[in-house]
Amino acid sequence: MTEKPKVGVYVCHCGINIAATVDVEAVTEYAKGLPNVVIARNYAYMCSDPGQLLIKEDIKEKGLNRVVVASCSPRMHEPTFRKALQEAGLNPYFLEMANIREQCSWVHEDREAATEKAKQLVAAAVSKARLLEPLTSREVDAEPSALVIGAGIAGIQAALDIADAGFKVYLVEKSPSVGGRMAQLDKTFPTLDCSACILTPKMVDAANHPNIELFTYSEVEEVSGYIGNFEVKVRKKARYVDVSKCTGCGACAKECRLAGRIPNEFDEGLGKRGAIYLPFPQAVPAKYTIDPEKCLFLTRGKCGKGPKCVEACPAGAIDFEQEDEIVSFRVGAILVATGFDVFDPTKKPEYGYADYPNVITGLEMERLVSASGPTGGNIVIHNGEEEIVPKDIAFIQCVGSRDKSVGNEYCSRVCCMYTAKQAHLVKDKIPDARVRVYYMDVRAFGKGFEEFYDRVRREGIRYVRGNPSEIFRRGNKLVIKVEDTLTATPLEDEVDLVVLAVGLEPRRDARKIIELLRLSQSPDRFFLEAHPKLRPVDTATDGVYLAGCCQGPKDIPDTVAQAKGAAASALIPLARGKVAIDAQVAEVNEATCRGCGFCVSICPYSAIELVTVNRMGHMVEVARVNEALCKGCGSCSAGCLSDSIQPRSFRDRQILPQIAALGGTR
Amino acid sequence: MEMTENQTFTERFDLLGCIQCGRCTGGCPVTVRTNLNVRRFVYDAYNEELLEELARAAEIWDCTACHTCAVRCPKGLKPLEVLIGLRSLLVESGKTQPSVRDALESVFREGNPWEKPRATRSDWMEGLDVPIAQPDQPVENLFFVCCTIAYDPRVQVIAQNLVRLLKGAGVNYAFLGDDESCCGSEVFTLGEEGLFEMIVEDNTELLNGYQAERIVALSPHCFTTFRTRYPNLKKPVLHYTQLLAELLEQGKLAFKGGLAKKIVFHDPCYLGKQSGVFDEPRRLLKAVDGVELVEFDRSRERSLCCEGGGGKMWVESESKKERLAETRIRDARALGADIVAVACPFCVLTLEDAVKALGYEEEMRVVEIMELLGELEVDQDKTNPA
Ligand SMILES: Cc1cc2nc3c(=O)[nH]c(=O)nc-3n(C[C@H](O)[C@H](O)[C@H](O)COP(=O)(O)OP(=O)(O)OC[C@H]3O[C@@H](n4cnc5c(N)ncnc54)[C@H](O)[C@@H]3O)c2cc1C
Ligand code: SF4
Ligand code: SF4
Ligand code: SF4
Ligand code: SF4
Repeated sequence: MTEKPKVGVYVCHCGINIAATVDVEAVTEYAKGLPNVVIARNYAYMCSDPGQLLIKEDIKEKGLNRVVVASCSPRMHEPTFRKALQEAGLNPYFLEMANIREQCSWVHEDREAATEKAKQLVAAAVSKARLLEPLTSREVDAEPSALVIGAGIAGIQAALDIADAGFKVYLVEKSPSVGGRMAQLDKTFPTLDCSACILTPKMVDAANHPNIELFTYSEVEEVSGYIGNFEVKVRKKARYVDVSKCTGCGACAKECRLAGRIPNEFDEGLGKRGAIYLPFPQAVPAKYTIDPEKCLFLTRGKCGKGPKCVEACPAGAIDFEQEDEIVSFRVGAILVATGFDVFDPTKKPEYGYADYPNVITGLEMERLVSASGPTGGNIVIHNGEEEIVPKDIAFIQCVGSRDKSVGNEYCSRVCCMYTAKQAHLVKDKIPDARVRVYYMDVRAFGKGFEEFYDRVRREGIRYVRGNPSEIFRRGNKLVIKVEDTLTATPLEDEVDLVVLAVGLEPRRDARKIIELLRLSQSPDRFFLEAHPKLRPVDTATDGVYLAGCCQGPKDIPDTVAQAKGAAASALIPLARGKVAIDAQVAEVNEATCRGCGFCVSICPYSAIELVTVNRMGHMVEVARVNEALCKGCGSCSAGCLSDSIQPRSFRDRQILPQIAALGGTR
Repeated sequence: MEMTENQTFTERFDLLGCIQCGRCTGGCPVTVRTNLNVRRFVYDAYNEELLEELARAAEIWDCTACHTCAVRCPKGLKPLEVLIGLRSLLVESGKTQPSVRDALESVFREGNPWEKPRATRSDWMEGLDVPIAQPDQPVENLFFVCCTIAYDPRVQVIAQNLVRLLKGAGVNYAFLGDDESCCGSEVFTLGEEGLFEMIVEDNTELLNGYQAERIVALSPHCFTTFRTRYPNLKKPVLHYTQLLAELLEQGKLAFKGGLAKKIVFHDPCYLGKQSGVFDEPRRLLKAVDGVELVEFDRSRERSLCCEGGGGKMWVESESKKERLAETRIRDARALGADIVAVACPFCVLTLEDAVKALGYEEEMRVVEIMELLGELEVDQDKTNPA
């Protein structure tokens, strides 16, 4: 460093966020006396245009070559101020921020002490600023393709948007068909469109799009790399059916020895399938799959005199020799759209879901009212004694939602409306049914929702305010123990059918995706977005985006909106074709590195590897940092025994004086 | 219920956390026979000026402390504790029923609510040669008997049979003898906060003073109270059915002789709902040859309270409607059960009364599991005189 440091200090009021607790004037005066400080100012909003202009003008007029902004956390505005420096012709990395908001004014009440602390933070920032070096960030090429994990409505929509923008999409779906939960729904609130009618065309589009490569019955096995350059491995599970030959005629399924004996997941176990099956008639692809956990031939090596499906198949498509296949490819962005599971009502044993066949979940109700469902859309249930058409029907809202006793404090956002929808459908199919909905609040917040709720009530659905506590049996009726809280009357309501409006939960297999992509979870256990308001589709991992119910419960309109948002975000690196690599990453001093590899084992981002180099005629191993992977976290630096690896801008010689300034000694 | 100085009633019971969903009252078993609406109390107690009036409401004494309201509350409130908080206002002002006052005084003086002398607490042991715990001697299982089992001749058999069975199973154990004193479960529910605090302190010191690996309680009331209201107890606490089920699994316990009976097990609130022990008592019953175990429709988490807890032993309900214990016995009768098995001394007393009230003495009996297993032991002795 040849040039003498000339530091400018800018103390922000942040409206009254800082100024109410910290005497900004005193801090400014104090800063003026610090070594190398040429000018110190304070201003209401440093991040505003006029605020930035102050800095830019001082750089030009006073010849500043270092800038300290004492304001908020660098998380939000470090890029803002770096840009200001750059625009004034200064290297953007000559900026240091002192966080006197989150780390000072917001957490203290004593004005005097807070002011003293703010001074110290500024002094520390100045000592470091003097020692900063110029850095340049680089750009690398981005792969012009994307991976979408999960092909529910979120994944399908995002894949279609990215593909329509002209980029290649690999769409990976775990189950044998695309469609997700929406495919299971009958009609959709609040407009009562038939779910299949609006979804099926999109499913087919996704399968046929020239830019989409669809992997069903497949799972992502491995992901490495970084934004713009992810390496992906996908496992295509063996279907034991050659999809290039299978015509979807279904001859096999009819003949299967287990036909009609295995609960069908798609019908929530209300319908039955065989070991070779198509999950539902509109499944995409319309190819059959053999369930390896059930198939007699696969589990016992023997199926009667020989597998009946093989005999039946006119296309010779069945292939018991088929094995899982691993496919690898590179993508520039990854979109997670893995959806949700519904709450398991056996966790609330007081509702007797495990005990009574006529206590069912909302998702089961969808299958029961669906014309393509196991009863052909007729609402018939078994009451423990006989099959009946229920006449007294109760819906219970908030099952597994807003309930600390099961660890789900959040509202699931769709069950109020799907209950209203189902109550309407039931009344439509059984006009003389007496339908009541037990609720604690009705949340009809979306477009057209309140209007729909009004309509349903006027159709004769009785809303009773009280959340039931228990269900038991009396004769062939179910008794709901509940209080009508509006009249303070404890009731024992006798009904034929209870529908539990089960809430939405993170998928029970979500852990695998979390580990694969290093995602975080919010307190509700759904995947965590980068910022709850301003970066709702991004994650903490650059290049990885979220869409749909994997991020939190939502209805179809919100899911589709978020999917389109995530697609747009994922398209940014693809369309630019380049991604910036941060300059503040770890750097190895190859001359002193002993190649012990300790840092390699420490790095949480697998960003370091050992390479062999020629050091004055000797071939030695040294650590090397993949700058695109490194997050500059500094773990390696803390671990290195010879101080040979240090993050730029956070070198010992830069941060030790800063720490000393805080402690008051050197 | 944590006692913190300067907390208002509202803060102490988190009344502002309530969303008035009604699950507490919906689940409350006594609503079918009394006017108690616990949600209303949670709602009204927010108004501090109303507290005195609320404390005078007769129905606050209808609560059986079954804890259904607390288990079901989606917001983590314990509505019954609001009722107990109101009871304590009354207890504090000295305006409680004489029976309650006498029970509390007896606990204070004699360490039991039954107005029996402390010195006769171990009388049930007569002729049994029971090992008594010594502070300097390590013991694996330290038993805690329960005042009702210790003094009430109807249920003393629970402890007596347990001792006989333990001897045969080669278990390392000891009892507390005359040092044992009320766990305070009912003192707490009757609202005598000061006394309960004192009891917790004394018992914690007493129990921590032994070199015991674990404490085994005979009554679900002591068991749950130790587990949930003794924050400084250093040892794990078990219910005796858990210990016996463990011995059964380890092959250290087997029952000879059979019992060709249809048995229905009634889950005590303090054992089941409150502590999640459902399977162990059933495992014990199933281990007996010939037993046909049937289930109430309302079983396990949905078990119907017998109204034995919550201080109800000392407070008569004004309701003339059918007692829940009678409803329970009718249900057992409809199942064709010969025996209603329970694992709680209070349930024995309430359900047995119900059998008498309904005139079913000929058709069925109510037994504590230990009573039943004890009978098998006797059979075994008869057949294989050692
Ligand atoms: C009973 C019920 C009724 C409803 N009714 C309505 C309604 O009427 N109107 C409305 O707007 N909304 C309704 N909803 C909400 C609607 O279902 C959701 O908004 C929508 O399904 C969310 O779509 P998604 O793509 O985010 O998730 P999902 O539909 O769950 O799709 C996720 C997909 O990802 C796949 N997947 C999961 N993990 C992996 C993995 N590791 N690898 C590969 N693939 C994976 C899954 O197999 C699935 O195909 C209802 C919900 C329920 C429960
Ligand atoms: S019989 Fe053959 S072609 Fe027809 S659906 Fe089955 S596997 Fe496919
Ligand atoms: S959407 Fe309605 S039913 Fe579902 S959790 Fe929220 S309030 Fe309860
Ligand atoms: S269950 Fe809990 S939240 Fe609901 S009314 Fe009762 S105390 Fe309030
Ligand atoms: S503890 Fe039981 S009896 Fe008492 S209020 Fe709660 S539910 Fe009712």
